Amino acid sequence: MAAPLTLLLVVAVTIRAALFRSSLADLIAERVEVVSPLNAWKRVVEGLALLDLGISPYSGDVFHETPLIIYLFHFLVDYAEITFMVSRKFVSSFRKQKYALEADRYPLDCLELIRSPKEMYYIPLKVAMFYLLNPFTILSCVAKSTCGLNNAVIALFILCTIKGSALLSAIFLALATYQSVYPLTLFAPALLYLLQRLYIPVNIRRPSFWWYTLQYAFMYLGSLFVIICLSFFLLGTWDFLPSVYGFILSVPDLTPNIGLFWYFFAEMFEHFRLFFLCVFQINVFFYTIPLSIKLKEHPVFLIFMQLAVISIFKSYPTVGDIALYLAFLPVWSHLYRFLRNVFLVSCVLLACSALFPVLWHLWIYAGSANSNFYYAITLLFNVAQILLVSDYFYAYLRREYHLTHGLYLKRKDGSEATLVLK
Amino acid sequence: DEELVIRPLHSGDIYASFQFRTVWDTDFMGGKKVSHYRLFPKSLGQVISKFSVRELHISFTQGYWRTMQWGQPFLPSPPGAELWVWFQDTVTDVDGTWKELTNVLSGIFCASLNFIDSTNTVQPSASFKPLGIGNVTDHRFLRYATLPREIVCTENLTPWKKLLPCGSKAGLAVLMKSEKLFHSSFHSQAVHIRPVCQDWQCKSTSWELRQTLNVVFDLHSSGQGKREWSLFKMFSRTLTEACPLASSSKIYIDVTDNPQGEQFELSPATPLLSQAVVLGDRRTYSVYDLTQQATFGSMRSLNMLLRWKSSDGECDMMRPLLHGERYVAGYGLQTGEIHTLMYNHHPYRAFPVLLLDTVPWYLRLYIHTLTVTSKGKDNKPSYIHYQPSKDRVRPHLLEMLVQLPPNSVTEVTVQFERALLKWTEYTPDPNHGFYVGSSVVSALVPSVVAMDTNSTQERPLFSSFFPSKEESSYFVRIYTEPLLVNLPTPDFSMPYNVICLTCTVVAVGYGSLYNLLTRTFQVEEPSPGLAKRLANIIRKMRGVPPL
Repeated sequence: MAAPLTLLLVVAVTIRAALFRSSLADLIAERVEVVSPLNAWKRVVEGLALLDLGISPYSGDVFHETPLIIYLFHFLVDYAEITFMVSRKFVSSFRKQKYALEADRYPLDCLELIRSPKEMYYIPLKVAMFYLLNPFTILSCVAKSTCGLNNAVIALFILCTIKGSALLSAIFLALATYQSVYPLTLFAPALLYLLQRLYIPVNIRRPSFWWYTLQYAFMYLGSLFVIICLSFFLLGTWDFLPSVYGFILSVPDLTPNIGLFWYFFAEMFEHFRLFFLCVFQINVFFYTIPLSIKLKEHPVFLIFMQLAVISIFKSYPTVGDIALYLAFLPVWSHLYRFLRNVFLVSCVLLACSALFPVLWHLWIYAGSANSNFYYAITLLFNVAQILLVSDYFYAYLRREYHLTHGLYLKRKDGSEATLVLK
Repeated sequence: DEELVIRPLHSGDIYASFQFRTVWDTDFMGGKKVSHYRLFPKSLGQVISKFSVRELHISFTQGYWRTMQWGQPFLPSPPGAELWVWFQDTVTDVDGTWKELTNVLSGIFCASLNFIDSTNTVQPSASFKPLGIGNVTDHRFLRYATLPREIVCTENLTPWKKLLPCGSKAGLAVLMKSEKLFHSSFHSQAVHIRPVCQDWQCKSTSWELRQTLNVVFDLHSSGQGKREWSLFKMFSRTLTEACPLASSSKIYIDVTDNPQGEQFELSPATPLLSQAVVLGDRRTYSVYDLTQQATFGSMRSLNMLLRWKSSDGECDMMRPLLHGERYVAGYGLQTGEIHTLMYNHHPYRAFPVLLLDTVPWYLRLYIHTLTVTSKGKDNKPSYIHYQPSKDRVRPHLLEMLVQLPPNSVTEVTVQFERALLKWTEYTPDPNHGFYVGSSVVSALVPSVVAMDTNSTQERPLFSSFFPSKEESSYFVRIYTEPLLVNLPTPDFSMPYNVICLTCTVVAVGYGSLYNLLTRTFQVEEPSPGLAKRLANIIRKMRGVPPL
């Protein structure tokens, strides 16, 4: 296990190092699909330059990172490339450990559906491969986007949750929420997983449920509070709050990216802007409770669903966010037989990834297309992602049904039955 | 006082500069209410008192002053409209007062100065020191704004002429006819109000209002190619009398290049000659005094004529020591680079210049890409003041003190990123582009001729505008070209379509997840096909058992 993983790491680092040194690095660092105003490396350098000039980085509107990132890169600015590659390695190794720990808990008779231990053995390697060799991750790393750091923190959080240490998982979740607001929705699946691990039933009437929830919430909110106060003391002002969180939530910068927000708010009637802003932001957080209720027995899949929902509907998505949830897919490779739209989704995703740079060039440089072309591909890309996620959800629910009712269903008269959603 | 200076330029064009000076002996600093205006225009007097203005400088310019071909102007001004104001210390809310002041001024001058708001106003920290008396160092009371897109036309000239004591009925203002004035390469009209000393002891102050009009007539479009200029040809009018309210009314013709009359001939001849040191050069002027009846001759009208003797023989113009240029580099609508070039043509002296750059917020400057190079080597500025922009609130402000080495070009480059704006924030013609105001380069340029620092003796108006405190240098302000930058545009016909399509995608997500969350799997009895169902209905009607 160690040898293939090491080989994989070596290959991944080589690819990234080769791209860092080539002239493509500058080109990739400017691509709007890979970097957004929130996590562009150019803006981090700009923030550090403003700090050197004696001006607060938050007095302008270029820098939107959290103060801890400023201080991290103040010391690491020369070693930035190494930092990003190291964070990649962390992510992959954490995932590997995480999946090694997950056990199949279904003592049922559908032998075909249960994953064999041999399959399970290769899953961590496959996850690491999916993440490290994913072109999206490579691009994101070469562009030195801080999305990689965000992914690393989320991966650490998942590792700690799986391992069962509530305090560490609360700390990492607080760190992830501090960097971008959306991982707040991961609180519910983490809580459900920890409850399941401690065999506390998820029942509103039980005091033990509430007691544990309060403990976890207290740890989470406490660490969040500590981190925010630390940021205040680092820079001496509260300026970073509107600059970071106000920016994420109110979307003033309409730089094109692969998400849905930019063109929508570029063409919005002024009167309705606040209304639709609230609708779109609530849309991200809205699926937490229904998904938690439906998937309360399966918190790991819930984490995947939440990550996917965040990556699709957040205000400034980049390909690094997509790579994060795509890396989870090998974990559910056993759902393959129930997936209905694999071919369609993969074709659309590939085609859109190829068309993004083409239509961008036509709009911005050649001047022969206009913004509608790029916007259309954005729409298509997001529809494909939604289809992918809902397909996996369907497959997961179907597998659960088959696990409880048997794989080959028969009707009352003995003929083969079809299964529909009603 | 009124005066007109005519200076033939080396390219064959001719530069005419009018200056009108009105002094109002009243003291505002004491806070007394004034109602006796005399010659000072009442509208401006009320503006000064209501908004506690200390100094006001406003200019409207059409065209760009070509320093390398025309030399230095007497009073520089950037293309478009420019307004900078020093308020008095008693003002508590400077921004609110500034807003009201711009609206009132836009009414007085019939210009759209109401477009000046916080997104194009800056507070320079070192440039634009007060030109009047008084030691003011608190830059909180200074505001500077420029509108490069502003166009100047007859509607701006008419209220400007109304501010003159004689109006356009007598004196030099008679020459200001808009058909000829606007048919020129460069047209600039300005109003400057500042406090000055009444006498050399400076025991009391008075308000000085200077109105200036600078015009450059082109040889080919106004002069029909013949190098012969007269008042009638330039202004389609001749002078008949001086303004009766003026204490002095003079016309100066620059004859420095024509000492013996070999280049051009000036008629009617005048015996009066005067010398003045202006812009670092000692120039000789022929003077026509309009207050003397003899100037007008027997015809009771004055039409000066300058006729050039030969069409060749261009002699050297003194090269201006300081010159600036600016352009945008890069391709595409995503990024770009602003390059500002400053030329120092002095052969052996280096001098520092103060560069002021105001860039609108939608061009996001990256200050870590700022480079200043002279002669290929890095030239670190000794003072940098940078105020980053805030989206939709204020523009970028960059002020630098750069030492220009002798006989060199200094290049300042900074990269920027173009923002996508909301569809309502674009101008009606979005593909025309967005204007970026001129950079301002202010410097004390070393002078070859000793400047006159004595401020009390009688000097022509054109040489006494910028006070010179020392003999070896004179103050110069250069404006670079404004820039025209294209921004990426969304499709303006699509708001409803975009809202519908995006909401559809969100609804697709919502719908599929809702489906999976609220429904459960069930074994389905397949319903019979359509044909069988129809057959069953017919059988039921017939009374026969169904299939």
